[in-house]
Amino acid sequence: MIVALILIAASAAGALAIGVAARSGKEMGLEQWTVAGRGFGAMLVFLLLAGEIYTTFSFLGASGYAYGLGAPAYYILAYGTLAYIVSYFMLPPVWRYARRHHLVSQPDFFAHKYGSPALGVLVALVGVVALVPYLVLQFTGLGIIVQAASYGAIPKAVSIIIGAAVVTLYVVISGVRGSAWTSIVKDAMIILVAVFIGLYLPVHYFGGITPMFTAVTQAKPAFLAFAATGKSVSWFVSTVMLTALGFFMWPHSFGACYTARDANVFRKNAILLPLYQLVLLFVFFVGFTASLVVPGLKGAATNMALLKICVAAFPPWVVGIIGAAGVLTALVPGSLIMMTSATLFSRNFVAIMRPGQSDEETVRLAKYLVPVVAIIGAYFAISGSSTIVALLLMGYSFVTQLFPSLICALLRRNPVTAPGAFAGIVAGVAVVVYFTVTNETIGKLLPGLPEFVRDLNIGSAALLLNVVVMLAVSAVTARAYATADNPAE
Amino acid sequence: MKHPGLLAIIPFIGMFAGPVFHNAVTPFIFGMPFLLGWTVIWVLLTSVIMALVYLIDPHRKAADAGEAP
Repeated sequence: MIVALILIAASAAGALAIGVAARSGKEMGLEQWTVAGRGFGAMLVFLLLAGEIYTTFSFLGASGYAYGLGAPAYYILAYGTLAYIVSYFMLPPVWRYARRHHLVSQPDFFAHKYGSPALGVLVALVGVVALVPYLVLQFTGLGIIVQAASYGAIPKAVSIIIGAAVVTLYVVISGVRGSAWTSIVKDAMIILVAVFIGLYLPVHYFGGITPMFTAVTQAKPAFLAFAATGKSVSWFVSTVMLTALGFFMWPHSFGACYTARDANVFRKNAILLPLYQLVLLFVFFVGFTASLVVPGLKGAATNMALLKICVAAFPPWVVGIIGAAGVLTALVPGSLIMMTSATLFSRNFVAIMRPGQSDEETVRLAKYLVPVVAIIGAYFAISGSSTIVALLLMGYSFVTQLFPSLICALLRRNPVTAPGAFAGIVAGVAVVVYFTVTNETIGKLLPGLPEFVRDLNIGSAALLLNVVVMLAVSAVTARAYATADNPAE
Repeated sequence: MKHPGLLAIIPFIGMFAGPVFHNAVTPFIFGMPFLLGWTVIWVLLTSVIMALVYLIDPHRKAADAGEAP
Protein backbone atom coordinates (compact mmCIF):
# COMPACT_ATOMS: atom_id res chain seq x y z
CA MET A 1 0.00 0.00 0.00
CA ILE A 2 2.72 2.47 0.97
CA VAL A 3 4.66 1.59 -2.22
CA ALA A 4 1.62 2.30 -4.39
CA LEU A 5 0.95 5.65 -2.72
CA ILE A 6 4.59 6.71 -2.95
CA LEU A 7 4.68 5.98 -6.69
CA ILE A 8 1.50 7.96 -7.26
CA ALA A 9 2.75 10.91 -5.21
CA ALA A 10 6.03 10.80 -7.14
CA SER A 11 4.23 10.99 -10.49
CA ALA A 12 2.24 14.02 -9.34
CA ALA A 13 5.44 15.68 -8.11
CA GLY A 14 7.16 14.87 -11.41
CA ALA A 15 4.32 16.46 -13.38
CA LEU A 16 4.60 19.59 -11.25
CA ALA A 17 8.33 19.73 -11.89
CA ILE A 18 7.77 19.51 -15.66
CA GLY A 19 5.20 22.29 -15.38
CA VAL A 20 7.66 24.54 -13.59
CA ALA A 21 10.43 23.79 -16.08
CA ALA A 22 8.15 24.41 -19.08
CA ARG A 23 7.19 27.85 -17.86
CA SER A 24 10.63 29.07 -16.81
CA GLY A 25 11.91 32.15 -18.62
CA LYS A 26 8.51 32.98 -20.15
CA GLU A 27 6.51 36.06 -19.29
CA MET A 28 3.00 34.80 -18.69
CA GLY A 29 0.67 37.27 -20.40
CA LEU A 30 -2.89 36.30 -21.28
CA GLU A 31 -1.96 34.93 -24.68
CA GLN A 32 1.08 33.13 -23.25
CA TRP A 33 -0.76 31.58 -20.32
CA THR A 34 -3.73 30.36 -22.32
CA VAL A 35 -2.59 29.72 -25.89
CA ALA A 36 1.20 29.66 -25.38
CA GLY A 37 1.76 32.48 -27.86
CA ARG A 38 0.40 30.25 -30.68
CA GLY A 39 3.86 28.73 -31.07
CA PHE A 40 3.13 25.00 -30.93
CA GLY A 41 4.11 22.79 -33.83
CA ALA A 42 2.40 19.63 -35.02
CA MET A 43 3.83 17.46 -32.29
CA LEU A 44 2.74 19.57 -29.35
CA VAL A 45 -0.72 20.33 -30.71
CA PHE A 46 -1.06 16.63 -31.40
CA LEU A 47 -0.23 15.92 -27.79
CA LEU A 48 -2.36 18.68 -26.41
CA LEU A 49 -5.36 17.49 -28.39
CA ALA A 50 -4.50 13.92 -27.53
CA GLY A 51 -4.29 15.12 -23.95
CA GLU A 52 -8.03 15.22 -24.07
CA ILE A 53 -8.36 11.76 -25.59
CA TYR A 54 -6.62 9.89 -22.85
CA THR A 55 -8.33 11.23 -19.83
CA THR A 56 -9.73 9.49 -16.80
CA PHE A 57 -12.70 9.02 -19.05
CA SER A 58 -10.89 6.68 -21.41
CA PHE A 59 -8.94 4.92 -18.68
CA LEU A 60 -11.43 4.34 -15.88
CA GLY A 61 -14.62 5.41 -17.67
CA ALA A 62 -14.28 3.25 -20.79
CA SER A 63 -13.26 0.15 -18.85
CA GLY A 64 -16.11 0.71 -16.39
CA TYR A 65 -18.62 1.15 -19.20
CA ALA A 66 -17.43 -2.03 -20.94
CA TYR A 67 -17.62 -3.80 -17.58
CA GLY A 68 -21.12 -2.57 -16.77
CA LEU A 69 -22.85 -2.37 -20.15
CA GLY A 70 -20.84 -4.28 -22.77
CA ALA A 71 -21.35 -3.27 -26.40
CA PRO A 72 -22.48 0.34 -25.74
CA ALA A 73 -18.85 1.05 -24.75
CA TYR A 74 -17.88 0.69 -28.43
CA TYR A 75 -19.33 4.13 -29.02
CA ILE A 76 -16.21 5.59 -27.39
CA LEU A 77 -13.95 4.11 -30.06
CA ALA A 78 -16.32 5.15 -32.87
CA TYR A 79 -16.90 8.77 -31.93
CA GLY A 80 -13.30 9.60 -31.20
CA THR A 81 -12.41 8.43 -34.69
CA LEU A 82 -15.19 10.24 -36.54
CA ALA A 83 -14.58 13.45 -34.61
CA TYR A 84 -11.24 13.91 -36.38
CA ILE A 85 -12.96 13.88 -39.75
CA VAL A 86 -15.06 16.81 -38.58
CA SER A 87 -11.95 18.53 -37.25
CA TYR A 88 -10.16 18.20 -40.58
CA PHE A 89 -12.63 20.54 -42.22
CA MET A 90 -13.67 22.65 -39.27
CA LEU A 91 -10.48 23.55 -37.41
CA PRO A 92 -8.35 25.15 -40.16
CA PRO A 93 -10.85 27.97 -40.86
CA VAL A 94 -11.48 28.43 -37.14
CA TRP A 95 -7.76 28.65 -36.48
CA ARG A 96 -7.14 31.13 -39.32
CA TYR A 97 -9.94 33.39 -38.16
CA ALA A 98 -8.79 33.25 -34.54
CA ARG A 99 -5.22 34.10 -35.45
CA ARG A 100 -6.19 37.00 -37.68
CA HIS A 101 -8.34 38.55 -34.97
CA HIS A 102 -6.15 37.61 -31.98
CA LEU A 103 -8.85 35.59 -30.31
CA VAL A 104 -7.93 33.54 -27.26
CA SER A 105 -11.18 31.83 -26.36
CA GLN A 106 -14.17 30.10 -27.88
CA PRO A 107 -16.76 32.79 -26.97
CA ASP A 108 -14.49 35.34 -28.70
CA PHE A 109 -15.02 33.42 -31.89
CA PHE A 110 -18.81 33.45 -31.71
CA ALA A 111 -18.98 37.06 -30.52
CA HIS A 112 -16.66 38.19 -33.29
CA LYS A 113 -18.17 36.15 -36.11
CA TYR A 114 -21.74 37.13 -35.30
CA GLY A 115 -20.86 40.65 -34.18
CA SER A 116 -22.70 39.97 -30.93
CA PRO A 117 -21.05 40.22 -27.48
CA ALA A 118 -24.26 38.80 -25.97
CA LEU A 119 -23.79 35.61 -27.99
CA GLY A 120 -20.23 35.42 -26.65
CA VAL A 121 -21.53 35.58 -23.10
CA LEU A 122 -24.06 32.84 -23.81
CA VAL A 123 -21.41 30.60 -25.37
CA ALA A 124 -19.16 31.16 -22.35
CA LEU A 125 -22.03 30.22 -20.05
CA VAL A 126 -22.78 27.02 -21.97
CA GLY A 127 -19.08 26.17 -21.97
CA VAL A 128 -18.68 26.64 -18.23
CA VAL A 129 -21.82 24.60 -17.51
CA ALA A 130 -20.69 21.78 -19.79
CA LEU A 131 -17.22 21.74 -18.25
CA VAL A 132 -18.57 21.10 -14.75
CA PRO A 133 -19.45 17.43 -15.33
CA TYR A 134 -16.19 17.03 -17.27
CA LEU A 135 -14.19 18.32 -14.31
CA VAL A 136 -16.27 16.29 -11.87
CA LEU A 137 -15.39 13.13 -13.76
CA GLN A 138 -11.65 13.88 -13.62
CA PHE A 139 -11.87 14.43 -9.88
CA THR A 140 -14.00 11.31 -9.48
CA GLY A 141 -11.27 9.38 -11.29
CA LEU A 142 -8.50 10.89 -9.19
CA GLY A 143 -10.43 10.08 -6.04
CA ILE A 144 -10.91 6.46 -7.11
CA ILE A 145 -7.21 6.07 -7.86
CA VAL A 146 -6.06 7.46 -4.52
CA GLN A 147 -8.69 5.41 -2.74
CA ALA A 148 -7.77 2.18 -4.54
CA ALA A 149 -4.01 2.72 -4.24
CA SER A 150 -4.35 3.22 -0.49
CA TYR A 151 -6.29 -0.07 -0.46
CA GLY A 152 -9.26 1.76 1.04
CA ALA A 153 -7.30 3.44 3.86
CA ILE A 154 -7.97 6.93 2.48
CA PRO A 155 -11.73 7.52 2.17
CA LYS A 156 -13.40 8.81 -1.01
CA ALA A 157 -13.95 12.43 0.08
CA VAL A 158 -10.36 12.87 1.26
CA SER A 159 -9.05 11.23 -1.92
CA ILE A 160 -11.02 13.64 -4.09
CA ILE A 161 -9.83 16.65 -2.09
CA ILE A 162 -6.20 15.54 -2.42
CA GLY A 163 -6.70 15.12 -6.18
CA ALA A 164 -8.36 18.51 -6.59
CA ALA A 165 -5.62 20.23 -4.60
CA VAL A 166 -2.89 18.72 -6.77
CA VAL A 167 -4.60 19.77 -10.01
CA THR A 168 -5.12 23.30 -8.66
CA LEU A 169 -1.49 23.65 -7.72
CA TYR A 170 -0.50 22.35 -11.12
CA VAL A 171 -2.66 24.85 -13.05
CA VAL A 172 -1.52 27.86 -11.06
CA ILE A 173 2.11 26.91 -11.59
CA SER A 174 2.21 25.92 -15.22
CA GLY A 175 -0.57 27.04 -17.61
CA VAL A 176 -0.95 25.46 -21.04
CA ARG A 177 2.75 24.94 -21.73
CA GLY A 178 3.04 22.65 -18.74
CA SER A 179 -0.02 20.75 -19.94
CA ALA A 180 1.52 20.04 -23.32
CA TRP A 181 4.81 18.77 -21.93
CA THR A 182 3.19 16.68 -19.26
CA SER A 183 1.04 15.20 -22.04
CA ILE A 184 4.12 13.57 -23.49
CA VAL A 185 4.94 11.76 -20.28
CA LYS A 186 1.30 10.97 -19.66
CA ASP A 187 0.70 9.48 -23.09
CA ALA A 188 3.81 7.34 -23.03
CA MET A 189 2.83 6.00 -19.64
CA ILE A 190 -0.83 5.41 -20.41
CA ILE A 191 -0.12 3.59 -23.66
CA LEU A 192 2.38 1.30 -21.98
CA VAL A 193 0.10 0.62 -19.04
CA ALA A 194 -3.07 0.13 -21.10
CA VAL A 195 -1.45 -2.19 -23.62
CA PHE A 196 0.29 -4.17 -20.91
CA ILE A 197 -2.72 -4.77 -18.65
CA GLY A 198 -5.03 -5.11 -21.68
CA LEU A 199 -2.96 -8.04 -22.93
CA TYR A 200 -1.82 -9.47 -19.62
CA LEU A 201 -5.18 -9.77 -17.86
CA PRO A 202 -7.12 -11.70 -20.58
CA VAL A 203 -4.12 -13.98 -21.13
CA HIS A 204 -3.60 -14.49 -17.41
CA TYR A 205 -7.22 -15.36 -16.64
CA PHE A 206 -8.46 -16.93 -19.91
CA GLY A 207 -5.38 -17.76 -21.97
CA GLY A 208 -5.97 -15.10 -24.62
CA ILE A 209 -8.20 -12.32 -25.91
CA THR A 210 -10.46 -14.49 -28.06
CA PRO A 211 -10.96 -17.07 -25.28
CA MET A 212 -11.84 -14.17 -22.98
CA PHE A 213 -14.51 -12.91 -25.41
CA THR A 214 -15.81 -16.45 -25.89
CA ALA A 215 -16.14 -16.80 -22.11
CA VAL A 216 -17.98 -13.47 -21.87
CA THR A 217 -20.36 -14.55 -24.64
CA GLN A 218 -21.03 -17.87 -22.93
CA ALA A 219 -21.71 -16.22 -19.57
CA LYS A 220 -23.75 -13.33 -20.99
CA PRO A 221 -24.90 -14.12 -24.57
CA ALA A 222 -26.32 -10.65 -25.41
CA PHE A 223 -23.66 -8.57 -23.64
CA LEU A 224 -21.51 -7.87 -26.70
CA ALA A 225 -24.30 -6.71 -29.03
CA PHE A 226 -26.75 -3.84 -28.65
CA ALA A 227 -30.02 -4.34 -26.78
CA ALA A 228 -33.35 -4.06 -28.62
CA THR A 229 -34.45 -1.21 -26.36
CA GLY A 230 -32.66 1.38 -24.24
CA LYS A 231 -28.96 1.39 -25.20
CA SER A 232 -29.96 0.16 -28.66
CA VAL A 233 -28.44 0.71 -32.10
CA SER A 234 -30.42 3.93 -32.31
CA TRP A 235 -28.82 5.09 -29.06
CA PHE A 236 -25.42 4.17 -30.47
CA VAL A 237 -25.82 6.07 -33.73
CA SER A 238 -27.30 9.18 -32.11
CA THR A 239 -24.72 9.18 -29.31
CA VAL A 240 -21.81 8.78 -31.72
CA MET A 241 -23.13 11.62 -33.89
CA LEU A 242 -23.70 13.92 -30.92
CA THR A 243 -20.28 13.31 -29.44
CA ALA A 244 -18.38 13.33 -32.75
CA LEU A 245 -19.85 16.73 -33.61
CA GLY A 246 -19.30 18.02 -30.10
CA PHE A 247 -15.71 16.78 -29.73
CA PHE A 248 -14.15 20.11 -30.64
CA MET A 249 -16.92 22.23 -29.16
CA TRP A 250 -15.36 21.90 -25.73
CA PRO A 251 -14.01 25.30 -24.81
CA HIS A 252 -10.62 23.78 -23.90
CA SER A 253 -10.29 21.78 -27.14
CA PHE A 254 -11.34 24.82 -29.12
CA GLY A 255 -8.76 26.83 -27.17
CA ALA A 256 -6.10 24.17 -27.65
CA CYS A 257 -6.53 24.45 -31.41
CA TYR A 258 -5.47 28.11 -31.19
CA THR A 259 -2.05 26.96 -30.00
CA ALA A 260 -1.15 25.55 -33.44
CA ARG A 261 1.52 27.15 -35.58
CA ASP A 262 -0.23 26.40 -38.87
CA ALA A 263 -3.50 24.94 -40.15
CA ASN A 264 -2.08 21.77 -41.66
CA VAL A 265 -1.41 20.51 -38.14
CA PHE A 266 -5.11 19.66 -37.86
CA ARG A 267 -5.22 17.95 -41.23
CA LYS A 268 -2.28 15.73 -40.34
CA ASN A 269 -3.79 15.01 -36.94
CA ALA A 270 -6.94 13.75 -38.65
CA ILE A 271 -4.86 11.02 -40.30
CA LEU A 272 -2.92 9.99 -37.19
CA LEU A 273 -5.26 10.46 -34.26
CA PRO A 274 -7.86 7.85 -35.33
CA LEU A 275 -5.12 5.23 -34.99
CA TYR A 276 -4.24 6.61 -31.59
CA GLN A 277 -7.80 5.73 -30.53
CA LEU A 278 -7.01 2.05 -30.84
CA VAL A 279 -5.38 2.10 -27.40
CA LEU A 280 -8.97 2.13 -26.15
CA LEU A 281 -9.27 -1.46 -27.34
CA PHE A 282 -6.94 -2.60 -24.60
CA VAL A 283 -8.92 -0.65 -22.05
CA PHE A 284 -12.04 -2.50 -23.25
CA PHE A 285 -10.22 -5.82 -22.88
CA VAL A 286 -9.57 -4.94 -19.24
CA GLY A 287 -13.22 -4.02 -18.67
CA PHE A 288 -14.55 -7.21 -20.26
CA THR A 289 -12.08 -9.39 -18.38
CA ALA A 290 -13.02 -7.68 -15.13
CA SER A 291 -16.72 -8.30 -15.83
CA LEU A 292 -16.07 -12.02 -15.34
CA VAL A 293 -13.20 -11.95 -12.85
CA VAL A 294 -14.42 -9.33 -10.37
CA PRO A 295 -18.19 -9.22 -11.00
CA GLY A 296 -20.75 -7.48 -8.83
CA LEU A 297 -19.97 -3.77 -9.20
CA LYS A 298 -23.10 -1.79 -10.05
CA GLY A 299 -23.83 1.77 -11.18
CA ALA A 300 -21.16 4.30 -10.22
CA ALA A 301 -19.07 1.54 -8.64
CA THR A 302 -18.27 0.27 -12.17
CA ASN A 303 -15.81 3.19 -12.31
CA MET A 304 -13.68 1.02 -10.00
CA ALA A 305 -13.59 -2.00 -12.35
CA LEU A 306 -10.12 -1.45 -13.81
CA LEU A 307 -8.47 -0.76 -10.47
CA LYS A 308 -10.31 -3.57 -8.74
CA ILE A 309 -9.03 -6.21 -11.14
CA CYS A 310 -5.54 -4.69 -11.03
CA VAL A 311 -5.48 -4.82 -7.24
CA ALA A 312 -6.57 -8.46 -7.47
CA ALA A 313 -4.02 -9.40 -10.14
CA PHE A 314 -0.87 -7.38 -9.38
CA PRO A 315 1.49 -6.63 -6.47
CA PRO A 316 1.29 -3.15 -4.90
CA TRP A 317 4.17 -1.64 -6.87
CA VAL A 318 2.46 -2.45 -10.19
CA VAL A 319 -0.78 -1.00 -8.84
CA GLY A 320 1.27 2.08 -7.98
CA ILE A 321 2.48 2.46 -11.56
CA ILE A 322 -1.03 1.96 -12.94
CA GLY A 323 -2.34 4.49 -10.44
CA ALA A 324 0.41 6.94 -11.36
CA ALA A 325 -0.60 6.71 -15.04
CA GLY A 326 -4.19 7.23 -13.96
CA VAL A 327 -3.25 10.32 -11.97
CA LEU A 328 -1.61 11.85 -15.04
CA THR A 329 -4.66 11.10 -17.20
CA ALA A 330 -6.72 13.17 -14.80
CA LEU A 331 -4.12 15.86 -14.12
CA VAL A 332 -3.54 17.11 -17.67
CA PRO A 333 -7.17 17.35 -18.82
CA GLY A 334 -8.25 18.48 -15.35
CA SER A 335 -5.78 21.35 -15.49
CA LEU A 336 -6.92 22.36 -18.99
CA ILE A 337 -10.55 22.27 -17.93
CA MET A 338 -9.96 24.35 -14.83
CA MET A 339 -7.83 26.89 -16.63
CA THR A 340 -10.38 27.18 -19.41
CA SER A 341 -13.40 27.68 -17.17
CA ALA A 342 -11.55 30.24 -15.06
CA THR A 343 -10.41 32.13 -18.17
CA LEU A 344 -13.89 31.97 -19.71
CA PHE A 345 -15.40 33.45 -16.61
CA SER A 346 -12.78 36.11 -16.15
CA ARG A 347 -12.53 37.16 -19.78
CA ASN A 348 -15.95 36.50 -21.20
CA PHE A 349 -18.14 37.43 -18.24
CA VAL A 350 -16.34 39.82 -15.95
CA ALA A 351 -14.37 41.68 -18.61
CA ILE A 352 -17.57 42.22 -20.63
CA MET A 353 -19.27 43.64 -17.53
CA ARG A 354 -16.23 45.78 -16.64
CA PRO A 355 -15.08 47.21 -19.97
CA GLY A 356 -11.96 48.87 -18.53
CA GLN A 357 -10.37 45.65 -17.26
CA SER A 358 -6.77 45.17 -18.40
CA ASP A 359 -5.32 41.89 -19.63
CA GLU A 360 -3.20 41.63 -16.48
CA GLU A 361 -6.30 41.94 -14.32
CA THR A 362 -8.04 39.30 -16.43
CA VAL A 363 -5.19 36.83 -15.93
CA ARG A 364 -4.99 37.61 -12.22
CA LEU A 365 -8.73 37.11 -11.76
CA ALA A 366 -8.58 33.85 -13.74
CA LYS A 367 -5.83 32.58 -11.45
CA TYR A 368 -7.88 33.46 -8.37
CA LEU A 369 -10.85 31.65 -9.86
CA VAL A 370 -8.98 28.37 -10.35
CA PRO A 371 -9.33 27.26 -6.70
CA VAL A 372 -13.00 28.28 -6.76
CA VAL A 373 -13.61 26.05 -9.78
CA ALA A 374 -11.73 23.25 -8.00
CA ILE A 375 -13.94 23.51 -4.94
CA ILE A 376 -17.11 23.37 -7.05
CA GLY A 377 -15.83 20.33 -8.97
CA ALA A 378 -14.72 18.55 -5.80
CA TYR A 379 -18.08 19.22 -4.16
CA PHE A 380 -20.00 17.57 -6.99
CA ALA A 381 -17.51 14.71 -7.22
CA ILE A 382 -17.93 13.96 -3.51
CA SER A 383 -21.72 14.26 -3.49
CA GLY A 384 -22.42 12.67 -6.88
CA SER A 385 -22.90 9.05 -7.84
CA SER A 386 -22.76 8.86 -11.65
CA THR A 387 -20.66 6.70 -13.87
CA ILE A 388 -17.81 8.57 -15.51
CA VAL A 389 -19.32 8.00 -18.95
CA ALA A 390 -22.72 9.36 -17.92
CA LEU A 391 -21.00 12.52 -16.69
CA LEU A 392 -19.21 13.05 -19.98
CA LEU A 393 -22.36 12.40 -22.00
CA MET A 394 -24.15 15.04 -19.94
CA GLY A 395 -21.41 17.53 -20.78
CA TYR A 396 -21.63 16.60 -24.46
CA SER A 397 -25.39 17.17 -24.51
CA PHE A 398 -24.68 20.76 -23.50
CA VAL A 399 -21.60 21.56 -25.47
CA THR A 400 -22.72 20.12 -28.81
CA GLN A 401 -25.51 22.70 -28.86
CA LEU A 402 -22.81 25.15 -30.02
CA PHE A 403 -22.07 23.11 -33.15
CA PRO A 404 -24.85 24.25 -35.55
CA SER A 405 -24.18 27.96 -35.22
CA LEU A 406 -20.42 27.41 -35.36
CA ILE A 407 -20.59 25.44 -38.59
CA CYS A 408 -22.93 27.98 -40.16
CA ALA A 409 -20.54 30.77 -39.20
CA LEU A 410 -17.87 29.08 -41.31
CA LEU A 411 -20.03 29.10 -44.45
CA ARG A 412 -19.26 31.72 -47.03
CA ARG A 413 -22.80 33.06 -46.81
CA ASN A 414 -24.01 32.43 -43.29
CA PRO A 415 -27.81 31.94 -43.26
CA VAL A 416 -27.88 32.24 -39.46
CA THR A 417 -28.27 35.57 -37.65
CA ALA A 418 -27.05 36.37 -34.15
CA PRO A 419 -30.59 36.11 -32.69
CA GLY A 420 -31.04 32.83 -34.56
CA ALA A 421 -27.83 31.40 -33.13
CA PHE A 422 -28.78 32.65 -29.67
CA ALA A 423 -32.30 31.21 -29.79
CA GLY A 424 -31.12 27.84 -31.14
CA ILE A 425 -28.52 27.40 -28.40
CA VAL A 426 -30.98 28.44 -25.70
CA ALA A 427 -33.62 26.01 -27.01
CA GLY A 428 -31.18 23.09 -27.19
CA VAL A 429 -29.73 23.75 -23.76
CA ALA A 430 -33.21 24.18 -22.25
CA VAL A 431 -34.22 20.73 -23.50
CA VAL A 432 -31.05 19.18 -22.05
CA VAL A 433 -31.54 20.92 -18.71
CA TYR A 434 -35.15 19.74 -18.55
CA PHE A 435 -34.27 16.10 -19.26
CA THR A 436 -31.23 16.17 -16.95
CA VAL A 437 -33.02 17.74 -14.00
CA THR A 438 -36.18 15.62 -14.29
CA ASN A 439 -34.22 12.48 -15.19
CA GLU A 440 -36.70 11.86 -18.02
CA THR A 441 -36.04 10.11 -21.32
CA ILE A 442 -37.88 10.60 -24.60
CA GLY A 443 -39.32 7.11 -24.13
CA LYS A 444 -40.84 7.93 -20.74
CA LEU A 445 -42.20 11.27 -21.90
CA LEU A 446 -43.68 10.10 -25.21
CA PRO A 447 -44.16 6.33 -24.97
CA GLY A 448 -46.21 6.24 -28.20
CA LEU A 449 -43.21 6.95 -30.44
CA PRO A 450 -41.40 4.19 -32.33
CA GLU A 451 -38.59 2.50 -30.43
CA PHE A 452 -35.75 4.01 -32.43
CA VAL A 453 -37.00 7.52 -31.61
CA ARG A 454 -37.47 6.72 -27.93
CA ASP A 455 -33.88 5.50 -27.62
CA LEU A 456 -32.32 8.59 -29.18
CA ASN A 457 -29.66 10.25 -27.09
CA ILE A 458 -31.37 13.24 -25.53
CA GLY A 459 -28.59 15.59 -26.56
CA SER A 460 -29.12 14.68 -30.21
CA ALA A 461 -32.85 15.29 -29.95
CA ALA A 462 -32.10 18.69 -28.40
CA LEU A 463 -29.70 19.32 -31.26
CA LEU A 464 -32.46 18.82 -33.84
CA LEU A 465 -34.70 21.30 -32.05
CA ASN A 466 -31.76 23.67 -31.81
CA VAL A 467 -31.30 23.61 -35.60
CA VAL A 468 -35.01 24.12 -36.29
CA VAL A 469 -35.26 27.09 -33.90
CA MET A 470 -31.99 28.55 -35.18
CA LEU A 471 -33.15 28.50 -38.81
CA ALA A 472 -36.66 29.73 -38.01
CA VAL A 473 -35.49 32.70 -35.94
CA SER A 474 -32.82 33.48 -38.52
CA ALA A 475 -35.42 33.53 -41.29
CA VAL A 476 -37.56 35.98 -39.31
CA THR A 477 -34.66 38.26 -38.38
CA ALA A 478 -32.73 37.93 -41.65
CA ARG A 479 -33.76 41.33 -43.01
CA ALA A 480 -32.70 43.30 -39.94
CA TYR A 481 -29.36 41.51 -39.74
CA ALA A 482 -28.57 41.30 -43.43
CA THR A 483 -25.81 43.90 -43.18
CA ALA A 484 -24.32 42.92 -39.83
CA ASP A 485 -24.13 39.30 -40.92
CA ASN A 486 -20.71 37.90 -41.70
CA PRO A 487 -18.74 41.13 -42.02
CA ALA A 488 -16.29 41.08 -44.91
CA GLU A 489 -12.90 39.80 -43.84
CA MET B 1 -11.29 16.20 -56.85
CA LYS B 2 -13.02 19.41 -55.90
CA HIS B 3 -14.92 18.17 -52.87
CA PRO B 4 -12.75 15.84 -50.77
CA GLY B 5 -15.46 16.23 -48.13
CA LEU B 6 -17.62 13.73 -49.99
CA LEU B 7 -14.98 11.06 -49.46
CA ALA B 8 -15.01 11.85 -45.75
CA ILE B 9 -18.66 10.81 -45.42
CA ILE B 10 -17.74 7.18 -46.10
CA PRO B 11 -16.39 6.41 -42.59
CA PHE B 12 -19.61 7.66 -41.01
CA ILE B 13 -21.67 5.35 -43.20
CA GLY B 14 -19.27 2.45 -42.68
CA MET B 15 -19.08 2.84 -38.91
CA PHE B 16 -22.86 2.78 -38.53
CA ALA B 17 -23.59 0.11 -41.16
CA GLY B 18 -22.26 -2.69 -38.94
CA PRO B 19 -24.57 -2.25 -35.95
CA VAL B 20 -27.52 -1.16 -38.12
CA PHE B 21 -27.44 -4.19 -40.45
CA HIS B 22 -25.79 -6.82 -38.30
CA ASN B 23 -26.25 -6.25 -34.58
CA ALA B 24 -24.77 -9.56 -33.47
CA VAL B 25 -21.83 -11.07 -31.57
CA THR B 26 -20.65 -13.43 -34.34
CA PRO B 27 -18.75 -13.89 -36.58
CA PHE B 28 -15.66 -12.79 -34.68
CA ILE B 29 -13.34 -10.38 -36.52
CA PHE B 30 -9.62 -10.29 -35.59
CA GLY B 31 -10.57 -12.58 -32.70
CA MET B 32 -12.98 -9.99 -31.35
CA PRO B 33 -16.79 -9.94 -31.29
CA PHE B 34 -18.27 -8.78 -34.60
CA LEU B 35 -19.25 -5.22 -33.64
CA LEU B 36 -15.96 -4.44 -31.93
CA GLY B 37 -13.95 -5.87 -34.83
CA TRP B 38 -16.12 -3.95 -37.29
CA THR B 39 -15.43 -0.71 -35.42
CA VAL B 40 -11.71 -1.42 -35.46
CA ILE B 41 -11.80 -1.97 -39.25
CA TRP B 42 -13.43 1.43 -39.68
CA VAL B 43 -10.97 3.14 -37.39
CA LEU B 44 -8.19 1.86 -39.66
CA LEU B 45 -10.08 2.77 -42.83
CA THR B 46 -10.80 6.25 -41.49
CA SER B 47 -7.10 6.89 -41.19
CA VAL B 48 -6.52 5.65 -44.75
CA ILE B 49 -9.40 7.69 -46.15
CA MET B 50 -8.26 10.85 -44.38
CA ALA B 51 -4.77 10.35 -45.79
CA LEU B 52 -6.36 10.21 -49.25
CA VAL B 53 -8.40 13.32 -48.54
CA TYR B 54 -5.20 15.05 -47.41
CA LEU B 55 -3.43 14.17 -50.64
CA ILE B 56 -6.14 15.52 -52.94
CA ASP B 57 -7.33 18.48 -50.83
CA PRO B 58 -6.98 21.77 -52.79
CA HIS B 59 -7.18 23.84 -49.56
CA ARG B 60 -4.29 21.94 -48.07
CA LYS B 61 -2.21 22.41 -51.21
CA ALA B 62 -2.94 26.13 -51.17
CA ALA B 63 -1.87 26.30 -47.52
CA ASP B 64 1.35 24.47 -48.34
CA ALA B 65 2.04 26.95 -51.12
CA GLY B 66 1.75 29.72 -48.55
CA GLU B 67 -1.39 31.34 -49.94
CA ALA B 68 -4.42 31.94 -47.79
CA PRO B 69 -6.84 29.29 -49.07
